[in-house]
Amino acid sequence: MTVKDWFEQRKEMQIARRAKETQIDDSIGKLWVKCYNCNSQLLKKEVEENLDVCPKCNYHFRINARTRINQLFDEGTFEELFGNITTADPLNFVDTEPYKKRITQAKAKTNMNEAVISGVGKIDGNEVAAAVMDFEFMGGSMGSVVGEKVTLAMEEALKRKIPMIAVTASGGARMQESILSLMQMAKTSCAVARLNEAGLLYITVLTEPTFGGVTASFATLGDIIIAEQDARIGFAGRRVIEQTIRQSLPADFQTANYLMKYGQIDMISSRAELKSTISKLINLHKN
Amino acid sequence: MTILEFEKPLYEIQEKIQELKQISESSGMDVTEQIETFEKQANEYKKELYANLTPAQRLQIARHSDRPTFLDYVKLMTTDFIELHGDREGCDDRAIIGGIAKIDGQSVIIIGTQKGKTTKENLVYNFGMPQPQGYRKALRLFYHANKFNLPIVTLIDTPGAYPGMKAEETAQGTAIAENLREMAKLNVPIIAVITGEGCSGGALGLAVADKVFMLEHSYYTVISPEGCASILWRDASKADVAAQALKITSEDLLELEIIDGIVKEPLGGAHCDYEMIGNELKSTILKSIKELKNIKPEKLKNDRYNKFRRMGVFCQ
Repeated sequence: MTVKDWFEQRKEMQIARRAKETQIDDSIGKLWVKCYNCNSQLLKKEVEENLDVCPKCNYHFRINARTRINQLFDEGTFEELFGNITTADPLNFVDTEPYKKRITQAKAKTNMNEAVISGVGKIDGNEVAAAVMDFEFMGGSMGSVVGEKVTLAMEEALKRKIPMIAVTASGGARMQESILSLMQMAKTSCAVARLNEAGLLYITVLTEPTFGGVTASFATLGDIIIAEQDARIGFAGRRVIEQTIRQSLPADFQTANYLMKYGQIDMISSRAELKSTISKLINLHKN
Repeated sequence: MTILEFEKPLYEIQEKIQELKQISESSGMDVTEQIETFEKQANEYKKELYANLTPAQRLQIARHSDRPTFLDYVKLMTTDFIELHGDREGCDDRAIIGGIAKIDGQSVIIIGTQKGKTTKENLVYNFGMPQPQGYRKALRLFYHANKFNLPIVTLIDTPGAYPGMKAEETAQGTAIAENLREMAKLNVPIIAVITGEGCSGGALGLAVADKVFMLEHSYYTVISPEGCASILWRDASKADVAAQALKITSEDLLELEIIDGIVKEPLGGAHCDYEMIGNELKSTILKSIKELKNIKPEKLKNDRYNKFRRMGVFCQ
């Protein structure tokens, strides 16, 4: 064996060993998750049992709409409504990929058919109408379907004379539906006007993240506005603002705490206390 | 006057005709016939040019620095305008101007976003990008109109609500949202016109109206084509492609049943003939006020609700 061969052999062995290491890492990945906030390696099961909140640093991970519904509603009481409403592609929109393809991919990824689930259910025995958004479905963006299902949920609240709860998680409007998505802001806000006129309680829960057209419509129109701990909430995105004003923004800009300081929300709730907070609020508003 | 890139060939022809006229005058040669032919050809070319503009070219007309602003329209269409300042909470945003005025004897509350024509003016008006306080001033004036049973006219020309630090701290999103909700509750007729740029929530915040019109070359969209291109294409230079895809022209929006009508502009755009566009807009607004004025508030509000309620396309 020449010295050169020896080096080659060593290199190959190293490559083989590294490949094996990544394999081990993969199997670990199924059981373990890393907290983005404190960098701790956490047992996935433990995190899930803790409502997807880091047991070490209390950081609230993003959760999808189904998980949220399970956490918020009395077991077995949530009935999904309007689930048959699905996305069209009215503008035949194509950017780097066709909108239709993006929708198909989002459906496969999330096992949802759009970025919101509407329905009725019970919170500690109180019947409420609800719209719960899902950030995993195209960034929770609001197109025609989201706007329609949020509005229908509000109209259901009107029909049944029950409180309305909206849980938001959205990057903003669905650009692929252009002006039609902009009009969903008007549509949902007009529906809130009707809730107001009927004297029905409307509570919004702003979760990580809530931005753009959702912030500038039904999300911030709650009679009571609750921000979930660790949520970031705003109208314009951080980068857009930094580019416009050409200065960097404080680290806590657009966090729930920041919004609280500026009087934009009624309260911040931890995930663990969210259900009981909502339930208390509903009971307190009963006459 | 600022000449846009795509208009250059037209202006070159017109310059040549002028030159020809001067030559004929100084030399005494009679070229009237040739000049007439050239002028006819130039006219044909002009008509064809403006009839076949791409969305990106129309965007340039909508953003033209000579385009009439809100205050121009106030001068062109109204009499006795008195500006009503301030949000009563510490601010008088200059990007949104409002007041009371008469249009052909009819008192109205007229509110609009204001742009400047020069850099100096634009610094005052913040390029037509309102702060939350601008929307709150508008809301105060909406309530004023409601109290005195006056129709509301809003004229919109904005690249969007201002994305700034203070704007976020004073709740830009909430300010727009509250306007959307409160406009739904008003008992008086509301007429909104997109006169130039109708960009995103910043435009919609003044546009939950009974009748919504667009000037022919204005555009109305959820996001600027540049913003859309940099997000979806990750390339701001794809703005022309995005402008096409987003369907932002007045004809597109009429077809999508988002707007109620198009206000025809003079050939070349509104900036070419202030008088004419002023008259066109005024008659459109007057006609709508007449139509809406005698409708009972409950029905008016119901119709307004249903107008926005049916917007959106989905499968069921």
